[in-house]
Amino acid sequence: MTAHNMKLKLKIWRQKNKNAQGNMTDYHLEGVSPDMSFLEMIDLLNENLVKSGEDVVSFDHDCREGICGMCSMMINGEAHGPEKSTTTCQLHMRKFKDGDTIVIEPWRAKAFPVLKDLTVDRSAFDQIMSAGGYVTVNTGAACDANSILVSKVDADLAMDAAQCIGCGACVASCKNASAMLFVSAKVSQYSLLPQGKVEAPKRVQNMVAKMDQLGFGNCTNEAECEASCPKDITIENIARMNRDHLKAKLFSRPEIE
Amino acid sequence: MGKDCKKRCVAPTSICKKQFMAMTGLLLCGFLLAHLSGNCLIYVSADAFNRYGHMLVTNPLILPAEMGLVALFLAHICMAIKLTVENKNARPQNYYLKSKTGRGATFASSTMPYTGMIILIFLVLYLITVKYGPYYVTQVDGKEMRDLYRLLAENFSNPLHVAGYIFCVSALGIHVSHGFWSAFQSFGINHPRCNCLLKCLSKIFGLLMALGYSALPLFLYLKGGKL
Repeated sequence: MTAHNMKLKLKIWRQKNKNAQGNMTDYHLEGVSPDMSFLEMIDLLNENLVKSGEDVVSFDHDCREGICGMCSMMINGEAHGPEKSTTTCQLHMRKFKDGDTIVIEPWRAKAFPVLKDLTVDRSAFDQIMSAGGYVTVNTGAACDANSILVSKVDADLAMDAAQCIGCGACVASCKNASAMLFVSAKVSQYSLLPQGKVEAPKRVQNMVAKMDQLGFGNCTNEAECEASCPKDITIENIARMNRDHLKAKLFSRPEIE
Repeated sequence: MGKDCKKRCVAPTSICKKQFMAMTGLLLCGFLLAHLSGNCLIYVSADAFNRYGHMLVTNPLILPAEMGLVALFLAHICMAIKLTVENKNARPQNYYLKSKTGRGATFASSTMPYTGMIILIFLVLYLITVKYGPYYVTQVDGKEMRDLYRLLAENFSNPLHVAGYIFCVSALGIHVSHGFWSAFQSFGINHPRCNCLLKCLSKIFGLLMALGYSALPLFLYLKGGKL
């Protein structure tokens, strides 16, 4: 068993509620095991806070397996911390050194208002999905398997895009708080497949319009989103969305409502 | 239908705005290349350079071409300002600590608004000094024309002017080294087959602009103002 011997200085953003002024607060934490996940380290801090009668640090988490996309924190200035292709819950304290100072902040974007401490409201992503992130299919008898052929390349690319867990790290790490990587992954996962191609022009226009309306920034092709993405979604998806959007704007006709 | 068309034109999406930047940027890259190749005549002779300048200003197409160029610059600048303001507004509160991953942003990509501003200031100064500067007259092949060579040679006999010019065109090189590739990405041209080529081309283009434009004042300075 590893000794619980790490001592850390934490600087954490504390904010009582959506409308309150927040500030960075210092905490000293002892007895951290290098085998703990980052969230377990905050659990330990919260246990101490409960014991001392203070308000616990609020943060989002769910599966703790790196697949739900709930954990969302800027750790030392990087979305999900210093390890590549890793969510906060899968980041372990062995990546830090004894005596380190760790700065923990919520995602910062106009479209992601802070609700409390490290918890932000990411329902903007849900609104973008509602604007077109689906395939309209008639219910009824199930189709025969493999009646619609999909090439291996397209299936792989669609699956790569569908890996997006909607955590918001792309928005958090982008200097413009742009949601292009998220939206492009969702647009791509459908537009690459025959079932999604039918509604592709309408989908891309509606989802992009919603993204703009919600106050996300514009993409400047810096690729910090790709670098911070825990699921390695590439900016090739953004390029695909750019050309799909251009094609839709130039050639698609409005549908009869 | 009419309403829909109006909606499409009045409210351009963020992607449309980026593609507008890409289009104007690429056209301006074309101008930079044409201007640089014209400048190369200075290495041939003072007369060749002056003859080229005279040919340009006496061409009846110069006025619409210049107006088009001004419109292009203004469109690129205005859209850049609009996008930068929107981007700042998208994050009202900054991070206490923000560090780059080192895997995405480059120096060129994160300094686009600043290098852009340097280019704008340079452009204004350049127009005041050269286009609207002192009018020297010379005779080439019996024809009277503006002695642009003398004007440039005089200006670049001052090492401060040379250093300032090189600083500004270096900023230009950095700006286009990201902008050139970025324009293709904005138009959706990103494919494993051509990504490496495009990124290399972009860097080569940036380097060509910085070195190509820097060579002119250095050449005149080292010649010491002699014809």
